[in-house]
Amino acid sequence: MNTTIESVARTTRGELLRMRTWPAVWVTVGAWIALALMFGYLFGYLSYKTGDSSFATEGQTKQALLAELMPASIPDVLVQGTPMFGGALMMVLGAIVAGNGFGWGTWKTLFTQGPSRTSTVVGSLVALTVFVVVTVAATLVLYAGVSSLIAVTESRDVVWPAIGDLSRGVGGATLVLEMWALAGFALGTIARGPALSVGLGLVWALVIENLLRGVGELLGPVEALTKIMPGTAAGSLVNSLLSMPTDTPGVVDALSGQRALVTVAVYTIALPLIAVVLVRRRDIS
Amino acid sequence: MNEPMKSDLVVQTRGLTKRYGDRTAVDAVSMTVRRGEVYGFLGPNGAGKTTTLRMLLGLVRPTSGTATVLGRSAGDQQVTERVGSLIEGPGFFPYLSGRDNLLVMARYRGLPTSVVDDALVRVDLGGRGDDRFKGYSLGMKQRLGVAAALMGDPELIVLDEPTNGLDPAGMQDMRALVVSLARGGQTVVLSSHLLAEVQEICDRVGVIDDGRLLRESTVAELRGETSLRVRAVQVDRALAVSMRVAGDDGVHVDGDAVLLDLPATAAPDLTRALVADGIDVLEVSAVERSLEEVFFEMTTTQEVA
Repeated sequence: MNTTIESVARTTRGELLRMRTWPAVWVTVGAWIALALMFGYLFGYLSYKTGDSSFATEGQTKQALLAELMPASIPDVLVQGTPMFGGALMMVLGAIVAGNGFGWGTWKTLFTQGPSRTSTVVGSLVALTVFVVVTVAATLVLYAGVSSLIAVTESRDVVWPAIGDLSRGVGGATLVLEMWALAGFALGTIARGPALSVGLGLVWALVIENLLRGVGELLGPVEALTKIMPGTAAGSLVNSLLSMPTDTPGVVDALSGQRALVTVAVYTIALPLIAVVLVRRRDIS
Repeated sequence: MNEPMKSDLVVQTRGLTKRYGDRTAVDAVSMTVRRGEVYGFLGPNGAGKTTTLRMLLGLVRPTSGTATVLGRSAGDQQVTERVGSLIEGPGFFPYLSGRDNLLVMARYRGLPTSVVDDALVRVDLGGRGDDRFKGYSLGMKQRLGVAAALMGDPELIVLDEPTNGLDPAGMQDMRALVVSLARGGQTVVLSSHLLAEVQEICDRVGVIDDGRLLRESTVAELRGETSLRVRAVQVDRALAVSMRVAGDDGVHVDGDAVLLDLPATAAPDLTRALVADGIDVLEVSAVERSLEEVFFEMTTTQEVA
């Protein structure tokens, strides 16, 4: 048992080193932060200032618009971006972390260093999770800074969200992003490469689930299928955490909060297991 | 008496076989590698060398047969951490420097950071350690792969075609490095399709072709006894005398020369016999067969059979 924990500690340290020095990782995380700031605050603030209603703010009153930009709304803003944009980017992250090693031959090298294949994959998943958590934390800090800046600029009181709301928001965002990152990792392992897994994963998350939900409104069996799909579960979980309704893409009300949480949790456990089982069984060539 | 003998075997395989569909890549290979030796795994491209080595490292599961490495089943965690390897080209992160790549491996192995610089120096990459791996030449990549295999002084080092992509000077350095590893007590298994290389540095050789281990022995045994070569003005009479000395089956004609299956020590007697018969002798010399000749003899007879 101790040797297993020690091996996982070793592989995690190795994986953290190779991920934090990888430009592609930071490009992906940076893309998320840029998108989050744009859709979370920049567009909202611009339409508040100019009075134009934009794609992101259609049909809202000025007061409601400003309320969303205040520190008290941080939990809402944080979770809203995760089911689609954030999830897609974390899936890319997971897929490149798992997939590139097959083409480069680095999995082959790492599997011959001592730690078992299971320890190696677990270490890689732990390191990936660290990046998901760091991404959420960085987003939170940025949101706090930007929203309090807006509050001060607009001469409003800086009111922080209740700690319970904030923890639910952070927890929900982390869980949804983690699920997509794990899905990317599993896809990258199945496809043994980043290109196919990123491509198929994105088409699935951004297109197919949406189409199926549309078809599901007409066909019962398809609707039943959509209710167990990851995107629907993530979107429903986020919806249940919001304090007010939204039309953000990816946020849906197909499932109750509890059912959505269970479904996301099942994916979060099943996806890494798939990756571990596959890696253990395969010949590495 | 049996116990120390057993632990002296670093690698032992029994009937190791790997099939991919209909194709048998490795066919019932039973090989043994002894502690402290340099074992050469020799065969043409596609003979099954790399697949066999992959099975020794636990990367590929055998279809049947067993592989025991350092007294345990191949691929066992307690084995892999005592084995260093470079298999079918170096696999490293292209965006990391050579040093950082080795640092990742050192963390996996639980080794201190200091081993990284030592390993870089041993393969002559000391000055280029901070350059990115993707900017390395083929030879530098190969040397970094060997450096990774050396870290932590493993008991067994498995090198698949270690001189691939190296220039002549780099090849010579690599061979010297391998020999020095064995002198230091480490066991080295290397595969090669270069006969001269194996002849130069290996203690024992396993010859593999078409998935089958054709022969396993020392280089000297494989090359066999030396033979004697005679050239004379009167070829027919020289042939007759040679047959009298070496027996009918011990003589072969090679162009204008006669080859006798006799050791070098038989040269004086042979020369006396030829001269006594009044033959004008042009040359009597001892000929050593090169590994290359043995090898081609072995692989071509297999094809005919």
